[in-house]
Amino acid sequence: MIKIEKDVVVIGGGPAGLAAAAKVYDNGVKDVVILERDFELGGILPQCIHNGFGLHHFGEELTGPEYSQRFENDVEERDIEVKLNTMVLDVTADKKVFAMNKDQGAMEIQAKAVILAMGCRERTAGALGIPGTRPAGVLTAGTAQRFTNIEGYVPGEKVVILGSGDIGLIMARRMRLEGADVKAVCEILPYTGGLTRNVVQCLEDYDIPLKLNHTVTKIIGNDRLEAVEITEVDENMKPIPETSEIVEADTLLLSVGLIPENELSKKAEVALDDRTGGPVVNEGRETNVDGIFACGNVLHVHDLVDWVTEESQIAGDWAAKYINDDYKRSEKKIDVKAGENVSYVIPQSIELEAEDRKRIPLYMRVSTPLTAIDIELYADGEKLYSFSEPFGKPGEMISVPLAQKTLNDLDEVSEIRVDIIEKEGE
Amino acid sequence: MSKNKYDVIIVGGGISGCAVAWKLSRYNLDVLLLEKDPDVATGTTKANTAIIHAGYNADPNKQKGRLNTKGNVQIKDIVKDLSVPFEEIGSLVVGMEGDDLSVLDELLEKGKKNGVEGLEIVDREWIIENEPHINRDVKAALWAPTAGIITPWEFALAMAENAVANGVEVKLETEVLDVYTEADKVKGVKTNQGDFAADYVVNAAGLYADEVAKMVGVEKIDIHPRKGEYYIYDHAKDFEINHVLFPIPTKISKGIVCTPTVEHNLLIGPTSDFVDSKEDLATTTEGLNKVFNGAQKMFPELTLKDSIRVFAGLRAADTTEDFVIEAAENVHGFINVAGIQSPGLSSAPAIADLAAELLSEQGLELKEKKNVIEKREEPARFYEISNEERAAYAEEDKEYGQIICRCETVSLKEIKDAINGPIPARTVNAVKRRTRAGAGRCQGGFCGPRVTQIIADELGIKPTEVRLEKDNSNIVEHKIKGLLGSQGDAE
Amino acid sequence: MLEKQTITCVACPKGCEVTVEHDGDEIIDIMGNACPQGADYAKEEIVAKTRILPTTVRVKNGALPLCPVKTTKQIPLELMDKAMAKIGEKEIEAPLKMGQIIIENLLDTEANVVATRDLPKKINA
Repeated sequence: MIKIEKDVVVIGGGPAGLAAAAKVYDNGVKDVVILERDFELGGILPQCIHNGFGLHHFGEELTGPEYSQRFENDVEERDIEVKLNTMVLDVTADKKVFAMNKDQGAMEIQAKAVILAMGCRERTAGALGIPGTRPAGVLTAGTAQRFTNIEGYVPGEKVVILGSGDIGLIMARRMRLEGADVKAVCEILPYTGGLTRNVVQCLEDYDIPLKLNHTVTKIIGNDRLEAVEITEVDENMKPIPETSEIVEADTLLLSVGLIPENELSKKAEVALDDRTGGPVVNEGRETNVDGIFACGNVLHVHDLVDWVTEESQIAGDWAAKYINDDYKRSEKKIDVKAGENVSYVIPQSIELEAEDRKRIPLYMRVSTPLTAIDIELYADGEKLYSFSEPFGKPGEMISVPLAQKTLNDLDEVSEIRVDIIEKEGE
Repeated sequence: MSKNKYDVIIVGGGISGCAVAWKLSRYNLDVLLLEKDPDVATGTTKANTAIIHAGYNADPNKQKGRLNTKGNVQIKDIVKDLSVPFEEIGSLVVGMEGDDLSVLDELLEKGKKNGVEGLEIVDREWIIENEPHINRDVKAALWAPTAGIITPWEFALAMAENAVANGVEVKLETEVLDVYTEADKVKGVKTNQGDFAADYVVNAAGLYADEVAKMVGVEKIDIHPRKGEYYIYDHAKDFEINHVLFPIPTKISKGIVCTPTVEHNLLIGPTSDFVDSKEDLATTTEGLNKVFNGAQKMFPELTLKDSIRVFAGLRAADTTEDFVIEAAENVHGFINVAGIQSPGLSSAPAIADLAAELLSEQGLELKEKKNVIEKREEPARFYEISNEERAAYAEEDKEYGQIICRCETVSLKEIKDAINGPIPARTVNAVKRRTRAGAGRCQGGFCGPRVTQIIADELGIKPTEVRLEKDNSNIVEHKIKGLLGSQGDAE
Repeated sequence: MLEKQTITCVACPKGCEVTVEHDGDEIIDIMGNACPQGADYAKEEIVAKTRILPTTVRVKNGALPLCPVKTTKQIPLELMDKAMAKIGEKEIEAPLKMGQIIIENLLDTEANVVATRDLPKKINA
């Protein structure tokens, strides 16, 4: 086993890891290595061939590969060490990273700081417990996307999609354009989880029906999928049996949720937040374990990669400060709480001294669709300020800034709470 | 065809067929094992509760009762020789508030009659101490220390591989269509891959054993499939269960079992419902509800949060509800090993012994081989070894260093070895059974495309030809751009 | 015939509900948009929907069998299937550079089809 010492180990070479690594480097910490399990960098982006990336970060509309290329270039220009085809199998609380690849075999890297950027995995049909059989032709939308856009294979030609999140919508269009007959996209909730733009450009453009309040209640077909049973659900998401219909299909794609991939985090004794599925962090994205940071989808599922980049740059900055002994915790730690209609807020705490900082972005999701909202910030129950938005959707992450100036003026505050309130009739 | 004539042809590569092959390979015989699917153990053997029963539940007046305890003892040595994952964790039949606890005493008596060792009735305190999350309504239990858990498909595979090492020939994707007889003597079989001659045929065809028996005019066997549904959980689960846990059986059903698996999952199930078709492997809403509700009775804290898969298996139940292991009366040289439902897995070596005995009675000479290879080498199991051991493997062969399945930590070498093994894995599920690739929490979401490509490369076929399990179960159907021109309205 | 259609504008995340009154292709009135882009978007959606087409093209001797591509400008929605077929016919030799033109003036739309990533030649191990 090779033993290596590194200042910073970044686990994951997707957009989170790439942005964090470049930032670490730009802060003068050049002894960084990115460990990536795939044969190339970019994470999920190389297979996201559609556009819609970079509107916020670059002010341009880019495809996934284009967005990724910019950050891959950043890493290459800085000559940051990258190990591809390298799988991390273990991380300890004292920052020992155990990884393997074909060329070097097994390696144990003692890091001074670790940045967790492993992204997430997709929820599966099995995990949903959809009754029926277990034939070929049932796969998650992301795996279908991998087959279609990277490997060069179309899973089937009569497609039903369960889940109207963005991945489901994007794959509806993708399969349709490559020649498949996409019969329907089913969504168990009364509203779609994806961006409106995708509903328009992926479904409406191609007359693909969106069946809200519907779910797949049976998988039919022994060896290959032959059909699915689609059923309407009531307000409690319980199937209404009389509404069942059998739809012929040879492919069922599932877009039913992303789960932050935190098995390694658990091994490193990192505490997780039940609501996000990811680590509990302070505003520098440090977890409860000294010197272990987390950013990107492993921390919480983002809707836009632009936010992943912003967050990972924050993590990179602070990880570098940590290495440079410039990481000062303030005496007071402020808890950040998710209040009314808020599913979660990241970061869960604020506790770092930062003289040059102008603002702390708070990322959150509304727990139910609302229109004409006020996003209100409270410090120990006293209202600080609020922001207005025309609507809030659970599928679209909200970011509001907490001004450093405001923070500085708050002396003995122990809790900041965010509420999202629907304005009274307008 | 590699041979013209065999001494024995075994029909069916499930646990029974593989066990018979393993047993017969100890003798100077030319044996051929025929399996209709692309892998062994694709029937009931891969979809059951994976328990090696102690033997108290089986009726001592039936073949089941006689063979279970015998098999249980034999298995303890076989799993060591053949490197089959097995743990003797013991089982508890748990009586709750409101149950008829006298059933526990009945089972104790039955167990003693069957020769089961170590049985005793334990009290509430014992149960709670050994199963801390169990429902506090528990009152007493029958403790059977000799019960265990096993990897059932590997049990079958290991016996088949060892049979091959000792000279048995195995043909996959070979379905027996008819049995040839002449003057009331077995002559051979007709298959979809040609004819094979033999004077003895062992019918271990599982769900289809009645159909194979009819090919020689044996009508008495009648298989009515009985379905069992299950939930299986990820490694990460709410809490640990330490033993195989049964509720008190009622007249209607044996009840829902909660058990850890050797691979560190949690398994709950099965239901028990007759179905019409031998191909009905669908789980149902009612069945799955029965499973979860039954399991929750024992473990009130249980949720479905960490479940990763649901599945169903079919018991090959004969109308007698017993094993039918006997020579055909009307034809010479035809041995039925039929109706093998629970405790079939636990009885496998004893069933094999009995089948060999029956063959001998029919006139087959069983001459012991001189140099029998008793042991099967332990395959590399990255998912359960230490980092140091993994490092050592990688030093030995670089392909151990490339990890393909992230959730279960499976290396490229393990996958390639499975595809090139003595019973080659030709499908994605065959690779999964041998290596665990795709059996974890992402269920092949990440490694699926990679495993498909590796199988294609190793077998020299196109990725569109790689199957999940059986024919017509191709993972991907079309090469990209292959469907273009068929989208939207026809041009 | 006078028609009224309400469209959710996707030009920016605001998602204004823009209502267009039109008689066939003739626009009478537009309201509900918070900015001029909204009016343009709504007009286009009524008269002639256009979209960027992101897809893949087959690659010969590349590190990957496919290269992601996109059209450099929006093309009429009704041409999508024909465009996919045209791009599907093509097989291009690696290496490819991001921005490299794969097809010029696709179906006379004045849009080019360009690669959206670098793709090196296949390395024979």
